[in-house]
Amino acid sequence: MRGSQAPRHAARSAGLGLAAALAVTATGCGVAVGDDSVDLDYWLWDANQLLPYQQCVDAFEEENPDVRVRISQYGFDDYWMKLTAGFVAGTAPDVFTDHLSRYPEYVQRDLLLDLDSLDATAAVDADEFQEGLADLWVGQDGGWYGMPKDFDTVAVFYNETMLSEAGLTPEDLQDLDWNPQDGGSFEEVVARLTVDSQGHRGDEEEFDPDDVVTYGLASQGSGGTSGQTMWSWTAGSTGWRFTDTDVWGQEYNFDDPRLHESLDWLFGFVDKGYLASYEEVGGDANAQQQLGSGQAAMTTDGSWMINSYTRLDGVDVGIAGLPSGPTGHPVSMYNGLADSISADTDHPQEAARLVAFLGSETCQNIVGDAAVVLPARPASTDRAVEAFAERGIDVSPFTDLVEEQHTMFYPVTDQFGAIDALMTPAMDEIYIGGRDAETLADLNERVNAMLE
Amino acid sequence: MSAVENPAPARPRLGRPRTAGRRDDTRLALMFILPAAIGLVVFYFWPLVRGIWLSFTSWDILTPARFVGLANYQEMIGDPVFWNAVRVTLIYVVINIGVQTVVALLLAVLMQRLSRSILLRSLVLTPFLVSNVVAALVFLWILDFQLGIGNQFLDSLGVGRVGFFTTEAWVIPTIALVNVWRHMGYTALLLFAGLQAIPSNLYEAARVDGASELRQFFTITVPLLRPILGLVLIISVIGSFQVFDTVAVTTNGGPVDSSRVLQLYIYDNAFGQFNFGYAAALSVALLVILLVVTVLQYRVTRAGQTDLN
Repeated sequence: MRGSQAPRHAARSAGLGLAAALAVTATGCGVAVGDDSVDLDYWLWDANQLLPYQQCVDAFEEENPDVRVRISQYGFDDYWMKLTAGFVAGTAPDVFTDHLSRYPEYVQRDLLLDLDSLDATAAVDADEFQEGLADLWVGQDGGWYGMPKDFDTVAVFYNETMLSEAGLTPEDLQDLDWNPQDGGSFEEVVARLTVDSQGHRGDEEEFDPDDVVTYGLASQGSGGTSGQTMWSWTAGSTGWRFTDTDVWGQEYNFDDPRLHESLDWLFGFVDKGYLASYEEVGGDANAQQQLGSGQAAMTTDGSWMINSYTRLDGVDVGIAGLPSGPTGHPVSMYNGLADSISADTDHPQEAARLVAFLGSETCQNIVGDAAVVLPARPASTDRAVEAFAERGIDVSPFTDLVEEQHTMFYPVTDQFGAIDALMTPAMDEIYIGGRDAETLADLNERVNAMLE
Repeated sequence: MSAVENPAPARPRLGRPRTAGRRDDTRLALMFILPAAIGLVVFYFWPLVRGIWLSFTSWDILTPARFVGLANYQEMIGDPVFWNAVRVTLIYVVINIGVQTVVALLLAVLMQRLSRSILLRSLVLTPFLVSNVVAALVFLWILDFQLGIGNQFLDSLGVGRVGFFTTEAWVIPTIALVNVWRHMGYTALLLFAGLQAIPSNLYEAARVDGASELRQFFTITVPLLRPILGLVLIISVIGSFQVFDTVAVTTNGGPVDSSRVLQLYIYDNAFGQFNFGYAAALSVALLVILLVVTVLQYRVTRAGQTDLN
């Protein structure tokens, strides 16, 4: 990797030299304007966040006239491929939005800079962010590899019209509960919202589960290894956790019966007719489209999707909290994105200034006011909550979970790529119905062997 | 300027008949071969040698490769996903090549015997002009379980909807047939060219003897087409073993691992998990499979020999 850096330095120096020479020639008086400024590349994947982050960058450039920032946005899948290619070729961005499932592999390969080792970022206090967010980005070596930028939790999105057609009110969605034995009041609501082609509802005797027009719950496929929006809230609310410790676990708990019961209950909805089968929706199931097209009445999804759901054409979407589980309260996965600095950067100190700014109150407030995601700083989160409220959207089902600490972390471990390659087909198989959830116990041994 | 000042020696040499006996053209020949040879070494031999070397290493492309001996190959032998990928790929190849060859041969014979229309021949070739990715996307929509016009048609017939890309039983046959659709015109055209080389007097003689169209097909067309057919089979089987884009676009290996063909598994390992060493070993395995299949095919079809003489 170090070797591949050399041509980049050379090319960049040559480019700067040429630019300087041209500037001198153009002005004709030997005064080059702006030729000593530093260029930084910043990457992100969420198109919705492009605009507020462009505003942040504009504000940053105003405060730091010696630095110019170029933002690039790529789709989520292309993003990681381009990033890897960038690391190999020595053309990785100086600063980029990072994900909890990805950064451990980068840290392991010395591709990220420790934010504590740089002046501007070392000055930032981790306690300024929502509780626990900064800790997620502390590596096993104690280094700090990501400046928190936002957080997300999961809640219920539902079609208000379908809810009233079913004779239910938004109040009926408050304080629902579920359990793996009889499904609780949540399953009753899901059944009530399910309608077959003859107009019979899922809780009626005449209901035909093989001829469903509207599913009570939208499918997001099996949810894969993390089940972030699909199944993690069910298992989480039984008291189950992904790994033995909050962060950097050495053992996964895929062998826990509480997980198996949760998966059996949720994926059992397929046979009952409450949830679309894999055959119908495939591996790329899109819950938002199912809600938008009237194929589903309700779904559990993340806070980053608030705008996507509330802007659905012709569908009035409401938001409710997750149902409580056997532990007596709901549990949501709590995930956060952060900005990381590439070890490949030619300008670590300038990159650190940018990262510190992106995590600062100024930028976080800009993001909060734009009401696209929930920013990582509590005061900025409040501004986002207000901005959403001004548009008639109550996001408390998401924020309450954090305030009441009904959250569990995204699994941050080594080898996530290899674990995912093993677990996702297995989860798909359980969803399809070809595998018992109990057999995850065998896979758990192989997963844990990868972490040894 | 020099040409004007001293033009004399050039002219007689140009006009002189070639009487110098056998000139040694080796250097000239080498110069002609050189560009292609450089391309071959740089783009084929070097990656091949490097790929084989990498298959004996553990390499994540971001840190230097580490020699691990036969570890990757040992892992491969005990890897159920690899063997599943081999099985899935073989099923794909059999369906794809089986159907494609029969359909293409039929098309080629029909083109030769029934129509001389250039338009018809062009039409048959049209799917080949569509890129694999576009073809895959179009069929993904046509065969979508809920919205696809294909499934709506089946539903209206009372057959019921079929999860072409979402059920384990259907996914490989569907992908194989999508690729048959795309490639059959091209294969038919190659076979058609082979048919044109069969002397027409053989058919005339057969007709005089009262042989039916079917008899002519099996006793004249098929035997005489054998060398071309053999060559076409070898090329299409090699291509078929390397199926990737159609799978990547439509199912990405799912449901579960039912369409995880070898190329996709290689890609997953390399770019999904940074296991470039293991992916290189899987590629070497694919190379060996292809070599064996090709040699067998070449022998069985006697592609190097003709029955025309």
